[in-house]
Amino acid sequence: MRTNRVAVAALAVGLVAASVTGCSSSKKKSGSSSGSDRGPITVVQGKDNNNVLPDIAALWNKDHPTEKVTFRQQSDSADDQLQDLEQHFQSKDSGYDVVSVDVVWTAEFAAKGWIVPLKDQYNLDTSKLLPATVKSATYNGTLFAAPASSDGGLLYYRKDIIPTPPKTWDELIADCAKKGSVKGCYAGQFANYEGLTVNAAEAINAAGGQIVKEDGKTANVNTPEAAKGLDFLVNGFKQGYIPKEAIGFKEEGSLNAFQDGNLLFLRNWPYADSLLNTNAASKVKGKFDIAPLPGPNGHGASSLGGHNWAIGAFSKHKATALDFLKFAESDEVQKLLINKASLAPVVTSLYSDPTLVSKFPYLPVLLKSIETAVPRPVTPFYPGVTKAIEVNTFAALQGQKSTQQALADMQSAIQSATSG
Amino acid sequence: MTIAGPAAGSAQTTPTSPPKAVARNKIKTGEGRLAWMLIAPTVLLLAVITGYPIVKALYSSFQKDSGLNAATGFFDQGGGSAGVSNYKHWLLQQCPVQGGGVGKCPPGTLGHEFWPSLSVTVGFTVVSVAIEAVIGMGMALMMHRAFKGRGLVRAAILVPWAIPTAVTAKLWTVVFDPNGVLNKVLGTNYQWTSDKWPARAAVVIADVWKTTPFIALLILAGLQGIGAELYESAKVDGASAWQRFTKITLPLVKPALAVALIFRTLDVLRMYDLPKILTGGANGTSTLSILVVDQLQQGPNSAAALSTITFIFIFGVAFLMVRIFGANVTGASKGGTK
Repeated sequence: MRTNRVAVAALAVGLVAASVTGCSSSKKKSGSSSGSDRGPITVVQGKDNNNVLPDIAALWNKDHPTEKVTFRQQSDSADDQLQDLEQHFQSKDSGYDVVSVDVVWTAEFAAKGWIVPLKDQYNLDTSKLLPATVKSATYNGTLFAAPASSDGGLLYYRKDIIPTPPKTWDELIADCAKKGSVKGCYAGQFANYEGLTVNAAEAINAAGGQIVKEDGKTANVNTPEAAKGLDFLVNGFKQGYIPKEAIGFKEEGSLNAFQDGNLLFLRNWPYADSLLNTNAASKVKGKFDIAPLPGPNGHGASSLGGHNWAIGAFSKHKATALDFLKFAESDEVQKLLINKASLAPVVTSLYSDPTLVSKFPYLPVLLKSIETAVPRPVTPFYPGVTKAIEVNTFAALQGQKSTQQALADMQSAIQSATSG
Repeated sequence: MTIAGPAAGSAQTTPTSPPKAVARNKIKTGEGRLAWMLIAPTVLLLAVITGYPIVKALYSSFQKDSGLNAATGFFDQGGGSAGVSNYKHWLLQQCPVQGGGVGKCPPGTLGHEFWPSLSVTVGFTVVSVAIEAVIGMGMALMMHRAFKGRGLVRAAILVPWAIPTAVTAKLWTVVFDPNGVLNKVLGTNYQWTSDKWPARAAVVIADVWKTTPFIALLILAGLQGIGAELYESAKVDGASAWQRFTKITLPLVKPALAVALIFRTLDVLRMYDLPKILTGGANGTSTLSILVVDQLQQGPNSAAALSTITFIFIFGVAFLMVRIFGANVTGASKGGTK
């Protein structure tokens, strides 16, 4: 009886010990280097809401029977995607051959040595691509990723009230007088989140200002140009051409306001175009059009959205991965992405493709927007830099500090974040 | 929690370890050894899933975060002893400045948000727990009375508590929308989630709505332990309703109330999900937990220091509260059965 109990206890200990060690050993992947860096690859990206990945996989697998691609989908949220990538790279996971990185993470991943520089044996031809997208994939003068899809800000305007869209901020402000029964005039995304960085960067860049210098770590935002840019937004709230509730707007909130007919002008991404025409609740169907964003003297400078493909530094099949990157820049894949998932192409020539333009009439305007786009600060300290922009811009928009003070604080906060 | 681990272990073994001589005898006979073997899996599991992360976090909090190598443009490996600099960063507001060295943390850095976050967290705790205690007491008294439809009222009161916090937060986002229900009903035009004080009020309102039932339930359990004859004799002696409440109900329900308050206090001090979803932590609603998660992206070792500070703070508050209320939280009997 007693020996029995001892045996049971020992068994219990053994089981726990086994499960613990089993846990740690299963994590280690057998790393047999085959010498050749070709073979099946895993491509990691966010959730595929439009079911476009099976098509891409079929297209690739047809020509690469021995180097098949497997897609691994992460969560829907950008924060979760970033965290997933960080964890897998920190543990040097060789299973992440190709990863989809948001344009703003690219510099950090490059500086941490998690993605492979696309030079020498991994050289990638970018001559067909939009220059702004290539810039967003470049860190310290080296290309680190292949642009996958792009995105730029557009000005949505009520063509039934304003027949010709404003080219400058002054014209936009003057047009506000004609709004009649429309409640508010202009809005973008001004809640305290990443979208505010996008909008603030657009205003600052349009006025000829800069946030971080080319080296990615020297702040250069406390300038008269930047002040002029930020003042466009600050004065909007002060003088009322931006409605008060816009301080809580994210993409969806601002879209709803425009769709309800409460805004004359809206800054948003291309995705809004089809929603405004198809949403059952939309009161502006057929009553709006799009134009490039205005600036102080002529067209403004959009921030750049989109994703890049990069080769994971711990991949065992880097040559195959590079082929996949080249494949992703092909017209075929780029067309698949816009047709099925509304992701704007990075290949310049597709913006004048007649079939695409008839299906997506915003493409020529979007091209203009992306051609003059300025990437958000390309810096390995992006989380700290965007926080500095968000918090101080928000305080200025709320009238808690002057534009001058906000920029001075932004300057020192960025400096502190990039000195870490 | 490192302290709690072994303490809990010894508490479990105390009843089984009589005076020394007998104990040695027991070990010889194998029963003591058997006891150890039986609790070994638990101890081992606790050490692995609780002990290891805490020790690791404590260790990392004294390590340097990796920095950018100016010459190569790549991050260094990081590591190496940072001394207490990660703690000084938060507590003394020392942020890196250009060209090396440290200076005051400018607005817009996470370091700058430490003290505001701490006071916001404490503010949320004091205000919500106070409101929850008062309303919870009222609800409990109501649920305790016998009346028609009592079951229905009890169920209705418990509904908010059964809803996951994330869903609660989303529900309230709709209510707090500038064009939403609340502004319509009140006839106001507040920017509920994008203005400092309304945003804070919004978090407190949503939290109170969700967790008051929890307090009410615990108080109700305490109320049900009070004998009806006490009230009857008080009535016979001519005590007013208020007197019966303050002289009988309150003192007798105090142990249950204390447990409820301590649990809720610790909960609110660790609050993350509600403000994260409702306001994104913006507009002066960033709690310490939100700050820790934000910092993780910018430097995990510094985040480890911050979470250690948070842990010690909450531990201290819990300790103080247990002392003040003399609460019987852990269920350990005080000189009763021994």
